[in-house]
Amino acid sequence: MPITPSANLRKTFLDASKLEMVPVRNGFGEGLLEAAKNNDKIVGLCADLTESTRMEGFAQAFPERFVEIGVAEQNLVTVASGMAHEGKIPFTSSYATFSPGRNWEQIRTTICYNNQPVIVVGSHAGLSVGPDGATHQALEDVALMRVLPNMQVIVPADYQQAHKATLAIAKDPKPTYLRLAREKSPVFTTTKTPFTIGKADVYYSGKDVTIIGAGPVLYEALIAADMLKGKVSVEVINLHTIKPIDKATILRSVKKTRAVVTVEEHQITGGLGGAVAELLAKELPTPMEFVGVCDRFGESGSPMELWEHFGMGPDNIIDHVNKVLKRKV
Amino acid sequence: MTPIQDHKALALKANQIRKDILISLNKAGSGHSGGPLGMADIFTCLYFNALKHDPAKPNWEDRDRILLSNGHICPVLYASMAHAGYFPVEELTTLRQLGSRLQGHPHRTALPGLETTSGPLGSGLSQGAGMALAAKMDGVNHHIVVCGSDGEQQEGNVWEAVLLAAKYKLDNLIYIIDRNFIQIDGNTEDIMPLEPIKDKYEAFNWHVIEIDGHNYSQIIDAVTEAKNYKRKPILINAITVPGKGVSYMEDDYTWHGKPPSDEELATALEELEAVRTQIEEGTYEY
Repeated sequence: MPITPSANLRKTFLDASKLEMVPVRNGFGEGLLEAAKNNDKIVGLCADLTESTRMEGFAQAFPERFVEIGVAEQNLVTVASGMAHEGKIPFTSSYATFSPGRNWEQIRTTICYNNQPVIVVGSHAGLSVGPDGATHQALEDVALMRVLPNMQVIVPADYQQAHKATLAIAKDPKPTYLRLAREKSPVFTTTKTPFTIGKADVYYSGKDVTIIGAGPVLYEALIAADMLKGKVSVEVINLHTIKPIDKATILRSVKKTRAVVTVEEHQITGGLGGAVAELLAKELPTPMEFVGVCDRFGESGSPMELWEHFGMGPDNIIDHVNKVLKRKV
Repeated sequence: MTPIQDHKALALKANQIRKDILISLNKAGSGHSGGPLGMADIFTCLYFNALKHDPAKPNWEDRDRILLSNGHICPVLYASMAHAGYFPVEELTTLRQLGSRLQGHPHRTALPGLETTSGPLGSGLSQGAGMALAAKMDGVNHHIVVCGSDGEQQEGNVWEAVLLAAKYKLDNLIYIIDRNFIQIDGNTEDIMPLEPIKDKYEAFNWHVIEIDGHNYSQIIDAVTEAKNYKRKPILINAITVPGKGVSYMEDDYTWHGKPPSDEELATALEELEAVRTQIEEGTYEY
C-alpha cells in the first residue's frame, strides 16, 4: 500500500462517501482555545471578523485577553507587536487579503525585523472562499510572507492539521504566518498524524514522480496519486511548512523520483512551487510542473467550480504529472 | 535614574546633546538634523527628569517605555541614551556605519534600551497602545511614552491607534507630537493641513496638553499631568522649532533630512557653545 503507514491518515479518506468535511479555520479556532487554556500569555486580536476567522470561542472564553481592533488591519498587527514586546503571545486574525494583504510593511518592520512573536492568521485564503470573488481570494499571501526574514509560513492541509499547527505555534512562538481556508474541506489526517513545524511529511510513497503540495488542495493530489496507481508510482509530500523549508525530505524524495509537480491554491509565482524550485535549482536541478493560479485573479463561483475552472482538480494534476514525466531525463 | 531637578543642569545637558547630535551626523555624512535638534529639550527632560528608567537594567519591567515612532530623528534618541549611560558617548560617532548598533533608523534588537524598531511612519502609536493594553491586562503601572511627528499624522495607521487608545481608555499612554510644522516636501500646512490638531484629538476622546517644547517647566509639568490623568489617553502637542539652537537651521525645512558639512558643523558648534555660556550666565531662556 503506497499510503505511508506512519502518517496515520484517515483510513477511508479515499472514499468520497465516507469523507468528513470540516473547514480548516475550525482547527485554528479550537486549537487557539485549547492553547489559551494552558497559557495565559496568549492574547487574541481580531479586525471585525471574530466569528468567521473562528476566534469567537477564544473571545468568549477569555474576554479579558481578547482585543477587538475593528476594521483596521495596520493597527491589528502593530498593536500585537507592542503586546508581544510585553511578553504576550498575540494571535491576530483577519482575511488573508487584508492581513497580510494590506499591512505588509507593518508586518515587515514591527514583527519580522523587530523579531516579535506575533502570529498573523490569514483566513479565507485561496480560491475556495468562492462567491465573494477575487477581492477576497488571497492568492499572493504566501509570497508576501515567505520573502520576509524571520517569518515562518505554515499552510495546514485540513482541520486536524490546523489544530495541531496552532498548538505547535503557541508552544514555540515566533513571527508566523498561518494560512487558513474558509470552505469545508476533507479531513484526511487524524489526531495521530505527525506534525512538526519545519518537517515535511511523506503521505504517499512512490518512485516515479514527487507531488509536493500544501493546504486543502493536497487532498486532490492524493486522489490523483491514487488514480495513477498501477500506472505511475507517485510520491506525495505535505509541505505544510513552506518556510523554513524541509530540504532533507524534499531532496531525499526527488533524488529518487527526479520529477516534481507542485500543487497550491496560490499564484504559481512566489508560492510553494517557487520555494521548491529555488531549492531544487540550487541543490538538484529537476524537471518541474506547477499546479496553481497563473498570473491572474480569481472570480466568483462555488469553491468546487473554481477549483475545476482554475485547474486544481485531480485530472489537471494528472496532466501535469504526465507532462513532467515526458521531460524526465 | 535619579531625576535631575535643576533646569539649568538640564539645559546644559540638552546643549551637549545637541552638539553630539551634530557631530554624529557630520561623521555619518547623512541623516536628519532639524527634528533631532528640535526635540533635544524634550528628550533631555524625558531621560533625565520625567521618566522612570535604569540604563543599567534596560529590561527592568517597571520602567517607563519610551518609543520613537518617527525613527528618522534617532540621533536625539541615541545621544540622550548615551548621556544617560546606556552606551558609551564615543559610540555616537559610529552612527549609520556598517556594523554599528546605531542603525540609520532605530533597530530594537541591535541596541539594548530601544523598545521598538521604527522608521516607516505611523506605526509607533499603535505599538505603544499594544504595550499599554498589555500593561492594563497585567495590572502594572508604568507609562508608555510615544514620540511622534506632526507629518506622521498623515498616516492612516495613526488614527487607527487613536481610536483604539480612546476605546480602551489607555491613560497609561502618552503621545508627544513634535509639532514643528515641517516635513520633507515643505511646511505641513501646505503639504497636507493638520490643524486643528487639539480639536481633532479632543473629538477622538483624548486629553490634550499643549506646550512650548523648549520650556522645561512646561515639558515636565505636562508629563506629570499626563502621568496622573485618568481614563483617557494623553496627547502632549509640543510646539518646537526644528533645528533649534543653530540659527541657520531653525525653521528651515530644507534641514529636515541632511547633515551638516565640516564648515557648517564648526559654525553650529560655535553657536551652541555661545548658548552654553548664556546658560551658565543665566541669560538663556529654557
